[in-house]
Amino acid sequence: MVDEATKKTLAAIPLLKTKAGPRDADLWVQRLKEEYQALIQYVQTNKQADNDWFRLESNQEGTRWFGKCWYYDQLKRYEFNVEFDIPVTYPTTAPEIAIPELDGKTAKMYRGGRICLTDHFKPLWARNVPKFGIAQAMALGLGPWLAVEIPDLIARGVVVHKDDQDS
Amino acid sequence: MATTDANNVEQLRARVAELESELAELRQAQPASARQRIDRMSAEVVDSNPYSRLMALQRMGVVQNYERIREQAVLIVGVGGVGSVTAEMLTRCGVGRLILFDYDKVEMANMNRLFFQPHQAGLSKVEAAKRTLLGINPDVQIEAHSCNVTTMEGYELLRSRAAEGGLPDGGPVQTLLACVDNYEARVAVSAMCTELGLTWLESGVSEDAVSGHVQLMRPGRTPCFACLPPLVVAEGGDERTLKREGVCAASLPTTMGIVAGLLVQATLKLLLGFGRVSPYLGYSAMTDFFPVESLKPNPDCAEPACQRRQREAAKADAAAAAAATPDSAEQDSSAAAAAVHSENDWCIELVEEGGDEAAAGRSVGAGGGVRTAYSVPAAAADAAAPAAAVQDSGLSLEDLRAQMGRL
Repeated sequence: MVDEATKKTLAAIPLLKTKAGPRDADLWVQRLKEEYQALIQYVQTNKQADNDWFRLESNQEGTRWFGKCWYYDQLKRYEFNVEFDIPVTYPTTAPEIAIPELDGKTAKMYRGGRICLTDHFKPLWARNVPKFGIAQAMALGLGPWLAVEIPDLIARGVVVHKDDQDS
Repeated sequence: MATTDANNVEQLRARVAELESELAELRQAQPASARQRIDRMSAEVVDSNPYSRLMALQRMGVVQNYERIREQAVLIVGVGGVGSVTAEMLTRCGVGRLILFDYDKVEMANMNRLFFQPHQAGLSKVEAAKRTLLGINPDVQIEAHSCNVTTMEGYELLRSRAAEGGLPDGGPVQTLLACVDNYEARVAVSAMCTELGLTWLESGVSEDAVSGHVQLMRPGRTPCFACLPPLVVAEGGDERTLKREGVCAASLPTTMGIVAGLLVQATLKLLLGFGRVSPYLGYSAMTDFFPVESLKPNPDCAEPACQRRQREAAKADAAAAAAATPDSAEQDSSAAAAAVHSENDWCIELVEEGGDEAAAGRSVGAGGGVRTAYSVPAAAADAAAPAAAVQDSGLSLEDLRAQMGRL
């Protein structure tokens, strides 16, 4: 279903247990704790593997998430703001991760800069409700998207490194 | 110098006042409707009666009581290529109330579809639609809500308007039409209507713009969106090499208009009680094919509300069957018995197709041609993700947030 590298990444992220969305009061708090634990574990694993590539935080209710992700191309670091809402039907439907600053710069996005996922993502997510959470959405969704799209955007000159701007 | 400045200021003030009064006049004129509101639909055949051709449906025996349309409140989620045309058709039909939900703005990229016009670019879709619709028919009550129904706030507003926006005031809407372009919004609408027990209609046009569908959704009797997840088959391969199709979906005013027409036709039949509403009506533009299907809900549906509605429906059916005479029940069973042919010179046998396919292709009895694309794994861990489950560390949410912040 997925390639070896993705399998290995997934294996390092703890799975979640509580099936709860933002409408589920107390259970949602439990789910949020699991989300944070999984995210912390994933970021730590990334750091150990010298592959640190994002930070996220949420609002008080845990319904809106925002942070940064970055990508290295030719030894240059490109950083982008990331944001998404937790849908009411979460975790049945995955969050729609967005990079608003790239909206309109690539066809591989929906309105508002929501990234387009591969045909693999939704079936994989559906098979793993409620075990997959935000960390898995980042690993399976945003990670591969950046790896494919950012080099292309740079090659097309749509994304320019901040040191090279206005020069 | 000072006096010239003062004169200029005076002149400018006068001009501002002039423009303000002009603007106020224009605002009052909005919506620019050329006719007064009409209290009762008249069947009188005169050029000035906007309802004469609709009321003629009664005289021709198609609809028993067309005027009932004014007691119907319809909620439309998504006022894009399909939703806007749907809203216009219902407005022209004289529906009682239309409640519109959409979070988007009108863009020039929408101009290949019907309804919206270039001068509306930048306006919220629901507000722009409201103005146009009131101009066409001021008898329709129109509510515009610019919000995203997949977020918590948007969902709560949608739910309260669906539960209380009906006619007469305070009850649920008579029906809801989903004209959205994404899975997330469909799942949200489906979950809400299943919880409320509200019969609704789903519509859609494919991303390649050459096929579409209209589906009647009756909670407990037809599948909800959690019953039959999208039939996308995942194949092997490296995630990084997977091509993402250009997401800027294609669209045609033709397909959108046809699907909107089919949707409103089904809505009118449902609300006014004429004809038969197909459980599922497809449209393939490439072959001019209009398949009609029946779909059953999935007994293993992951949505508890759907399971509850299915039990209610089964109970109601059992009660209805018990009320029927025993004679008719017997006739049914004899008719259902397999036909036995005494002659079979050609040794023709009926064999079930694909009987021994893998579990992934299991038919859920949902309807002809519907098969699962993947099996729903039991509680055991999925092979794709052999990770351990998260252990409760005993830390509070605040501790975890702080820990995340320190990383």
